[in-house]
Amino acid sequence: MNTSVRPFDAGIPTQTTTPENPSWRTTLGNALIITRREVRDSFRDWRIIAPIFVLTFLFPFLAQVVASSFSGFVASYGAQIIGDRTIPFLLMIVGFFPISISLVIALETFVGEKERRSLEPLLSTPLTNTELYIGKTLSAMIPPLVSSYGGMAVYLVSLLTGELQWRPPAMLVVQIILLTTVQALVMVTGAVVVSSQTTSTRAANLLASFIIIPMTIIIQGESAIMFLAPDAESPNGIGALWAIIMGMFIVTILLLRVGNAVFNREELLGRTIDSLNLKGSLRKIGHYIRAVDDQGTPARNVIEWYTRGMVVSLRHARRELRIVFVFFVVSLVIGYIIGNLPGWQLGLPSDLPLREAATNLDSSVALFFGTDPIIGIFWTNARLLLGALLLSLFTFGVAALILTPLTYLIIGYIAAQLAVSGYSPTILLSALLPHGIIEIPIIIVATAVAFRLGAVITRPPKGGTVGHAWTVALGDAIKIFLGLVLPGLLIAAVVEAFVTPAVVAAVLGG
Amino acid sequence: MIESHELTKYYEDFLAVDSATLNVPAGSVLALLGPNGAGKTTTVRMLTSILAPTSGSARIAGYDIIKQPAQVRASVGVLTEQHGLYERMRAVEYLDFFGRVYKLDANERKKRSLDLMERFGLTFALRKTLGEYSKGMKQKLALVRAMLHNPPVLLLDEPTSAMDPQSAKLVRDAIIELQRDKRTFLITTHNLAEAQELADQIAIIRHGQIIEQGSLADLSRRIVGDPIMELHTREKLNGAAATIRELVTVEESGDHWLRYRVADPNLTNPIVLRRLIDSGVEVVSLAPMSQNLEQIYLQVVEDDEAKGRKDEHLR
Repeated sequence: MNTSVRPFDAGIPTQTTTPENPSWRTTLGNALIITRREVRDSFRDWRIIAPIFVLTFLFPFLAQVVASSFSGFVASYGAQIIGDRTIPFLLMIVGFFPISISLVIALETFVGEKERRSLEPLLSTPLTNTELYIGKTLSAMIPPLVSSYGGMAVYLVSLLTGELQWRPPAMLVVQIILLTTVQALVMVTGAVVVSSQTTSTRAANLLASFIIIPMTIIIQGESAIMFLAPDAESPNGIGALWAIIMGMFIVTILLLRVGNAVFNREELLGRTIDSLNLKGSLRKIGHYIRAVDDQGTPARNVIEWYTRGMVVSLRHARRELRIVFVFFVVSLVIGYIIGNLPGWQLGLPSDLPLREAATNLDSSVALFFGTDPIIGIFWTNARLLLGALLLSLFTFGVAALILTPLTYLIIGYIAAQLAVSGYSPTILLSALLPHGIIEIPIIIVATAVAFRLGAVITRPPKGGTVGHAWTVALGDAIKIFLGLVLPGLLIAAVVEAFVTPAVVAAVLGG
Repeated sequence: MIESHELTKYYEDFLAVDSATLNVPAGSVLALLGPNGAGKTTTVRMLTSILAPTSGSARIAGYDIIKQPAQVRASVGVLTEQHGLYERMRAVEYLDFFGRVYKLDANERKKRSLDLMERFGLTFALRKTLGEYSKGMKQKLALVRAMLHNPPVLLLDEPTSAMDPQSAKLVRDAIIELQRDKRTFLITTHNLAEAQELADQIAIIRHGQIIEQGSLADLSRRIVGDPIMELHTREKLNGAAATIRELVTVEESGDHWLRYRVADPNLTNPIVLRRLIDSGVEVVSLAPMSQNLEQIYLQVVEDDEAKGRKDEHLR
């Protein structure tokens, strides 16, 4: 703390001790300094105040009038249920409209400040990235949420005291409040990610459609659920709405992680232009595909590319490889456990004509994979893995981690059915192992690569930017798919088409 | 107080700062000069722990910019390239906000804000919203913000740009006063006269590289040669100049004046004067020609450009 307050002749002050790792209390305290300033600033902007006032105090009355009139109208045609379901639906709408402002405030708070260059003085203070992030996130959320809760309260009170005298199920009100809150969280955390990729409010508004469009679809889904749900009157709330709340909560956590990764001084000040340099990006990706070390040295020949380059790329994904391996084993075990549960057993007859089936294996293979089994098998596996890779990009890696291990859940389940019905495990092993020795490691590697490509943006390596980390991950993914996964799948398909049926036939005695 | 060693920053493939080594002792002022896009702002941002260097190291007020970023930022006052004020706030609220961020207690926040605002002639505008401030007032308020927590190190990017001459002098006086009080400054500026007035050391940065560094006298000697003295006489010099040719290099001369270059003026000038007086010449004045930073700067940049062209040609 400074020992004197006289400017210019005070001498060098004793330095304030700034902890390396501040406690959560300190972090929150510092974040709230930002929040207070920003909220106060928001409430001085008539462009924010005017819609908040209208949506808190006027729109709920309008909604209540609409609800009453509409209820009476549909009741006169004997469709009372439509009126009954419209009232909670309008509660959700009354809550949602104000929180849509949170997106505007968040874009203004993050990218607007960047545009006005008022962010740098703040970044020059001892506040940590996390404190700045929490402070700004809260400031984008608090005014719209207060307006949203206020609007819902006005709507409910006016319904309670109005001619309808509607008494909502308590759990439904809880659900709508939770939905509103997670929707605000998703929009604000999404806005942070959008803001980090732009330097102008104009560009941020354009990119915000990536948040608005999915959110609109979700709102439509929620509306349909609220009208159609058979459990609308349940004291436990509407089941599907709980699933949406949970799903959006998970998305919020993932977006918070991405936001925390991108909301750092390096990302905020390092990006100065929005222009797309496709040629440069492709050159960089090509560079990482050819690289044989972390410094980006290009491979001199194919042998070096395989022996050094591939090893480097696999080493980059070692954390994901471990996670995916655990997921595969767990999926297999869960599938086996489920298969053993009495309610889930298929009850296979113990006298299946296996010997007869063994004689017709070729036609069975042709039935599944067409006349050219190698291409059929290869394409089936490649399609799954490429699909997982593509979906992983939009789901922060979650799709890769769920979709691919699902196959192993099914294998575990089938193994359980065979075991329960008294068949020898060698039957399944003979059908899996010959090509599985190649295919299973390849699938694990491909899944890990896909998982990394989606997840890397939520956790870029320390000191690196998200863009750089993702470009390296994409280079690695292309390298591994071209050099390892696709050739591996082709070899496995050859084995599966010709060797595996022969082994199965031998085991079954066909 | 400010020490950097081989500080380097890449923005992906672009080398913004290349091995910048600086050493600014406590109580001195370093002027970092260079054309736009030379790497000045990136250097300042690295020294403030806003950007992480790609390689190299630096310590500010004894704190490591990589390992102790929060301590570094607590020890520096930064005036950014753009003042970046919150236009809807009043000055008093603005300073209170930054005072809270820097963990000053309520009395200290108030006292220091009022004192600094008074020092910079802004007391009358304490309750005005910042949107109402003129450019110069905004710049002064940004300086107040940088000095609010009484930091030992101040990094000022163009501190007097947009200011009227009176305000600029106010700021320069403040810097001189704080320097006497052992504050350390790194100033980036395009105003070479200001740099010449304030700086103990000059560093010239171009294409991310510090191409020259030293005191004004050192740079002057290195870049434009030994100091030049100008001598005026009452009578015509006639052949008197010949008597001092063995001591100095006469560059130019007229009937009543001559200019000579000398390695050590303190040692040689008294001898020169004695010889001229002995030969019957009445000396009216003898004074050094001003060492102009602009001349040095332009020479350095020109030399570097020529070197660049030569390297390009060799490639």
